[in-house]
Amino acid sequence: MKQIDARKKVCPIPVVMAKEAMETEQEIQVIVDNFVAVQNIEKMARVKGYACSHAASGEDYLVTLSRNGQPDTPAAAQPAGQPVLPAECCQSAGYAVVINKEGMGQGDPVLSKKLLSAFFFALTKQDILPAVILFYNQGAYYTCQDSPLLEDLRTLEKMGVRILTCGTCLDYYGLKEKLVIGGVSNMYEIVETMAAADKVIVP
Amino acid sequence: MIYCKSGGCTAKLGAGALSRILSGLEKSSDPHVLVGFDSHDDGAIYQINDRQAIISTLDFFPPMIEDPYIFGQIAATNALSDIYAMGGRPLTALNIVCFPDKLDLNELGKILEGGNAKVLEAGATLVGGHSIVDEDIKYGLSVTGIVDVDKILRNDTVREGDVLFLTKKLGTGIIMASRQVGDANPEAVKEALGSMTTLNNRLLDHIPFEWIHACTDVTGFGLYVHLDEMLHGQYTAVVDGKALPCFDDCRRCVDSFYLTAAAQNNRNYLGDRIRFEGGGFFEEEIGFDAQTSGGLLFSVSEEHATQVQRLFPCWQVAKIIPKTDVSIIVR
Repeated sequence: MKQIDARKKVCPIPVVMAKEAMETEQEIQVIVDNFVAVQNIEKMARVKGYACSHAASGEDYLVTLSRNGQPDTPAAAQPAGQPVLPAECCQSAGYAVVINKEGMGQGDPVLSKKLLSAFFFALTKQDILPAVILFYNQGAYYTCQDSPLLEDLRTLEKMGVRILTCGTCLDYYGLKEKLVIGGVSNMYEIVETMAAADKVIVP
Repeated sequence: MIYCKSGGCTAKLGAGALSRILSGLEKSSDPHVLVGFDSHDDGAIYQINDRQAIISTLDFFPPMIEDPYIFGQIAATNALSDIYAMGGRPLTALNIVCFPDKLDLNELGKILEGGNAKVLEAGATLVGGHSIVDEDIKYGLSVTGIVDVDKILRNDTVREGDVLFLTKKLGTGIIMASRQVGDANPEAVKEALGSMTTLNNRLLDHIPFEWIHACTDVTGFGLYVHLDEMLHGQYTAVVDGKALPCFDDCRRCVDSFYLTAAAQNNRNYLGDRIRFEGGGFFEEEIGFDAQTSGGLLFSVSEEHATQVQRLFPCWQVAKIIPKTDVSIIVR
């Protein structure tokens, strides 16, 4: 079970960390250092339909969240006519998009950044969405604060697309505290995800 | 400027803890004290002659925004608000400053400039202050105002059948929390900052004093706890959850669970004295959201209720009914 340390973090950050972790996990444990944070996570769990329990651990609290066989709301509440995830429609693993540098293609940096913004906007409009978007190396900046892609990434995430950023890269570039969307991943998972994908798109 | 973990009125101590401590203090018997701390009102009132009374109030908090000038404006607007909530006019203000000695003093200069701008706009005068070195920035004002004794607005004088109006939108805590996680909508932030720097000084210019039965300003305890204080255990308020005014982006922020500790403290304070019969999670959260420099919440009789919104920009949020098993019902 994935453990998230949200001690010394002030709400809403522990809630957001828990919510984002549950987007890729079945069950997580969150450590917080105040009871109000427990209550705020409980509220999120109530709205999302997750099972939630907590226990005191010294001066901290351990909050356990699990899906309990319940689908997450975005998938459950998928309205008709919305884009579908490939995994739902045709039993395949779907395609993966990889962002491994700033911008799209080789050339002028200003143009490259523009192209990538346009790429993501267009991606949100696709009938068949990617199953997962992987961010590594300099691509890691795009899931952090001040990313120009946040709005589109949120849209994609709401439609059920998994967003994963390489943890080593976040560490290396000092971005760990700045991640605002999606989960943190490791090389093992990145390799597995790419290998399982029907195709990998690297814009 | 150092960005504060929980700035503005979200940094307020919980209402429950506070009233327990205050109830232990010995009370003065000076008959000139018309409103003291035992009544949970916005400011204290001391009668100085047959006709007039002075209002004393004090408010300060850590920054909720990096811009020192805007922070100064917000802190002053918030401190002055208590005078208006009691029907008064501010006369003088004193700065209250906590500032780290290792920070640039020009930052402090800008905070004080912003504060002074609002004091002047209110027609009052900054007459001094007190500054101490502290680990974090905190700023606010102690304001003295004046009011005719027969024109005092109290917060605990609602009547059955009254209709309650709110003069500013809700959601400053939620919008500032969205900035904290780096997911703020710039337009919504602009709107919230505009609201927090708008003085509550115009209500009595437009609504006759005689119409207003009770008035308070909505700050750190959020709409529901301030409303509960107005009912002082004698009445029940029915809130129209769908009618609660809020900044545009609030719904998305609540959907993203940008939940603050202050809002949960407010929820804990009311406990089962509030019942949600309709609406969803959003209608719960927005009413508990801690407001920094929020609007005035005032009550008028049903007869005047229809005219209020034509005379002054505000939103109808609740009605007073005879006391039920709970203090507040949200539908």
